[in-house]
Amino acid sequence: MTEIREYNAERTGSQPSNDWPAYTSTIKRHPQREPVALRQTLTEITGPTFTSGWAGPDLVDLTKQHKGEPLGERMILAGRVLDEDGRPVPNTLVEIWQANAAGRYCHPNDQHAAPLDPNFTGRGQMVTNAKGEYRFLSIIPGAYPWRNTFNAWRAQHVHFSVFGPAFATRIITQMYFPGDPLLEFDPIYNSVPDEAARKRLISRYDPNLSEAEWALGYRFDVVLRGRHATPAGL
Amino acid sequence: MSAKLIPTGTQTAGPYLHIGLTRPEWADLTDAGKAKGDKIVLEGRVIDGDGTPLPDAIVEIWQANAAGKYEHPDDVQDKPLDPHFRGFGRSCTDKDGIYRFTTVKPGAVPGRGNTLQAPHIAVSIAARGLLHHLFTRVYFAGDSLNPSDPVLSSIDDPALQKTLVAESKGKANGAAVWHFDIVLQGKGETVFFDF
Repeated sequence: MTEIREYNAERTGSQPSNDWPAYTSTIKRHPQREPVALRQTLTEITGPTFTSGWAGPDLVDLTKQHKGEPLGERMILAGRVLDEDGRPVPNTLVEIWQANAAGRYCHPNDQHAAPLDPNFTGRGQMVTNAKGEYRFLSIIPGAYPWRNTFNAWRAQHVHFSVFGPAFATRIITQMYFPGDPLLEFDPIYNSVPDEAARKRLISRYDPNLSEAEWALGYRFDVVLRGRHATPAGL
Repeated sequence: MSAKLIPTGTQTAGPYLHIGLTRPEWADLTDAGKAKGDKIVLEGRVIDGDGTPLPDAIVEIWQANAAGKYEHPDDVQDKPLDPHFRGFGRSCTDKDGIYRFTTVKPGAVPGRGNTLQAPHIAVSIAARGLLHHLFTRVYFAGDSLNPSDPVLSSIDDPALQKTLVAESKGKANGAAVWHFDIVLQGKGETVFFDF
């Protein structure tokens, strides 16, 4: 008999529904049937581990991936990966990607009339340390227009992919910036039902993280599903 | 212990996920053929409600090795690990919506209680237009353990059950080819799981 120590169910209100027509790309892509509830098995409570370094070297400085430095406001982006009980999640892979300071992605499908920056790709990755910490040096991404509705603009954001200890804990999300006037109008940000959960997606300006005469500091913690304290026999 | 922090909500991976997530080498789980077990190719299309393939989806898989053991500290079964098999794969769909993995057929793993799960692969799908990734499972048509698999057999409607079962498409370069389409919406919509 295998004992299964399950991960908590996703908390009501903390997660968006895929059926969210305000974001028009969901209309033809969201499932119409409710998902089938599956009691977690060994398959769901396990997942890739990253201690051996197989995911490749950390890429933590997004300002030094080319010959010169990218334009834009330099930003230290740091935080921790935690579970719901506040315990650090060590040795897990964090991947980020973002637009350049002008709001343009280094991607063939992005034809927005803003300049590419030959010194900026906008990709980083890092395996969290023993305290669950990560830290990147980048530039603040610009806002950009998108064709969701007329004259729609995405709030400034950085994309995050985080694994956590199990297949059940894996998430892909976006980090936003405090005080961004576009947040109020952004249907992707507003797809998270609870206000407190939405605010979890907004980073915090941290003067202690900023480095004098060098870079602004933004702090963003990622909180993954926690785990039941005791195993369930059946 | 009561949970104290609100979990981070998911957001769409968006149309430019390739910048951060493209890792073509992760589509081969066999360490260039060195992994133990029967080599398989798992491939298919990701399709929307109009039947249009998604050129901008990311498919990730997680599975046991050929002996039915996960490379993870919580798998305490007395079964061998394979130094050439990690069990995780990622494939971004191409312009025709096709994803493709080279892997090995997983062994059976225990289910809850005293049950045995048929060989299966866990799948996660993310894309523009998906605010939350989707979870599904791939089973293998004709496997003798399928009828007694607790998850598969919990789905009563045979038409729905079929959406979780890959079809055999013969062999290519010595590997059995398994086809598994992921239909996000509408006719033939894949069964997705919540756990």
